[in-house]
Amino acid sequence: MANSGHAAHEGHDDHHGAPKSFWQRWVVTTNHKDIGTLYLIFAGVMFFVGGLMALVIRAELFQPGLQFVDPMFFNSMTTMHALAMIFGAVMPAWVGLANWMIPLQVGAPDMALPRMNNFSFWIMPFAFTLLLSTLFTGSGAPAGGWTLYPPLSLQGGDSFPMAIFAIHMMGASSIMGAINVIVTIMNMRAPGMTLLRMPLFCWTWLITAYLLILVMPVLAGAVTMLLTDHFFGTSFFSAAGGGDPVMYQHIFWFFGHPEVYILILPAFGVVSEIIPAFSRKPLFGYESMVYASASIGFLSFIVWAHHMFTVGMPLAGQLFFMLTTMLIAVPTGVKVFNWSATMWKGSLSFEPPMLFAVAFLFLFTIGGFSGLMLSIVPADFQYQDSYFVVAHFHYVLVPGAIFAIMAGIYYWLPKWSGHMYNMSLAKWHFWLSTIFVNVLFFPQHFLGLAGMPRRIPDYSVQFADWNMVSSIGAFGFGLSQLLMPYLVWQCVRGGAAAKAKAWEGARGLEWEVPSPAPYHTWETAPDEATIIHASPTGH
Amino acid sequence: MSQTPYKPNSHGRLALKLGAVALGAFGFGFALVPLYDVMCAVTGFGNKANLTRAAKIAEHPDDSRTVTVEFLGDLPTVGSWEFRPAVRSIQVHPGRLYEAKFVARNLTGRDTYGQAVPDVAPSKAASFFHKTECFCFTPQHFASGEERAMPVRFIVDPALPRYMDHITLAYTFYDTQAPAAQR
Ligand code: HEM
Ligand SMILES: [Cu+2]
Repeated sequence: MANSGHAAHEGHDDHHGAPKSFWQRWVVTTNHKDIGTLYLIFAGVMFFVGGLMALVIRAELFQPGLQFVDPMFFNSMTTMHALAMIFGAVMPAWVGLANWMIPLQVGAPDMALPRMNNFSFWIMPFAFTLLLSTLFTGSGAPAGGWTLYPPLSLQGGDSFPMAIFAIHMMGASSIMGAINVIVTIMNMRAPGMTLLRMPLFCWTWLITAYLLILVMPVLAGAVTMLLTDHFFGTSFFSAAGGGDPVMYQHIFWFFGHPEVYILILPAFGVVSEIIPAFSRKPLFGYESMVYASASIGFLSFIVWAHHMFTVGMPLAGQLFFMLTTMLIAVPTGVKVFNWSATMWKGSLSFEPPMLFAVAFLFLFTIGGFSGLMLSIVPADFQYQDSYFVVAHFHYVLVPGAIFAIMAGIYYWLPKWSGHMYNMSLAKWHFWLSTIFVNVLFFPQHFLGLAGMPRRIPDYSVQFADWNMVSSIGAFGFGLSQLLMPYLVWQCVRGGAAAKAKAWEGARGLEWEVPSPAPYHTWETAPDEATIIHASPTGH
Repeated sequence: MSQTPYKPNSHGRLALKLGAVALGAFGFGFALVPLYDVMCAVTGFGNKANLTRAAKIAEHPDDSRTVTVEFLGDLPTVGSWEFRPAVRSIQVHPGRLYEAKFVARNLTGRDTYGQAVPDVAPSKAASFFHKTECFCFTPQHFASGEERAMPVRFIVDPALPRYMDHITLAYTFYDTQAPAAQR
């Protein structure tokens, strides 16, 4: 196949298109692009469901006192908001992007295990139907926090086993998704696509996938133990039977901390592709990015107890977890440095993907700094369970992970739809989001430092002003998000035709196929010259 | 045009291996339970064994020192039991044997067993706090409505570090026959 280099110019991949029937195309499909689209739509729906719950929370907190909901329902909202956003929005969005982009980027015709791919997607709607249906049980939805600490979580009535089964299903789905990513990257790369020629999105996803198969089962184990404690009289965590509730926290956070990196590592990958594209320079320090991602992945396994400093731990343990936590800031710093160095003296332009990526760079770093403050044991004794923690993780998750997802969507949307989108509307979306996200979350730092606890429906009047500001930010942010589905819809329907390489500075094999990407791509693998031409380092 | 450089057979093999890793990780989650106890045993932290086992009586009084021992009685849920120390605190000399009483009353309206789970704070003091006899060593039978005072005998080890002059002995009193959801 010597002549197969530029599929983009030949279009021979398009010899058979998408199936016509809805059932074939969207239900039993094994096409990585369709499944990617399904995942992204699902994530979008859950983003708005979770967002609605957040608005219930912020409406109640607009003023001190109880106005709209009763405290139990409020607690259900904080619990369900977190579960919906983490497991329903951010994770499926990353799996969706992986489905769409990884085969395109490594020169493979599809994911390695297409039928399992279909299965792992279709588990998700069922898992979330089950989880959301707990809202309608007599006992109400789970209200003990997304961390499901016993003994509180055991008191959830009917919703408790339902939530646990839902978590089992999501876990199974993410493990299958992760296995698929690893097998695709390990076995399906086009000849000549060496590991160090892969775009960083593939690299960070590969590491994420390993984290997933190592820790999702641990979460499954932890919640299974909750289940048997509740129904079968075991006492893993029940003090009455010789167990220890603190042990649950250890097991949970052994999952939980790597989980937060599962949410953010793919974001590092996306940003590492967008910043060079709009700086018109190769990524600074490609290999150091790979090593930094791998060390973050490794370190994430040995820092979990920073979530439990106040639970009680020997001094040596506190020191260990404090220092390893701080150590994570080193590879993270390397990344921030490399992104900045990539922009340095680049010929920058600020299209929507770049705007989101740059905002990510600044705002994620703020979240990293508050994380460092939290890692200092004596300081954390003060901050633990306060709004400061809420501010920290929302900075890393919203203008962090979610901005990166949006950056990725704005970056690849022309490739998916074949159309350019409404740039000025996207910029509106960006500026409104960026302003309101700070109005929403920055004051929460102040509230936390002043002593406002998290997960409460009412608060003392001294916290009133900043809560009001934060709630205004929340409604502003939430409403601004409606622009995005509208914009995507518009772009799918029509618009200026996108070139194969929609952004002049972009690199990667995905830009070597036409836009919209044909239903089947890379059935003939790209040749080595194409691969080298498209690789992030150019060699 | 169906030249494929890939070996689909090897997909299944790698996927199976990764599946095995996931299964191993599931097992590891459970293995953390005994590992956690091993950690506690090795570091001496929490010292669960020491807290729930009878110590030998060996009095070596050191009357030059006084330590305040405070008592706390906790219930995991409100309403179905009463549980409190008979006195809130006593002054003790290390090396001497003392007795304290905790009073429980069964309001559940049925015959049942209660089990007290001890905790000593600060945790460093736990290994210097020896109970020679304790109602917490075994489940306690309570008839419906019964109220009873239960004894604990203890010696504070004279080796207790000098800077410690306060020890808190806390019990949480569980109804062992209540369903897990209510514990
Ligand atoms: C420099 C990097 C980071 C450091 C040093 C750090 C440190 C910490 C610490 C010490 C806590 C516990 C605070 C407490 O409960 O008292 C915490 C909580 C949290 N962090 Fe981070 N963090 C970092 C990055 C991240 C990232 C990248 C994410 C996710 C994308 C994240 C998500 C969270 C979440 C969700 C919680 C709260 C969990 C809960 O209690 O519900 N963090 N972080
Ligand atoms: Cu953490």
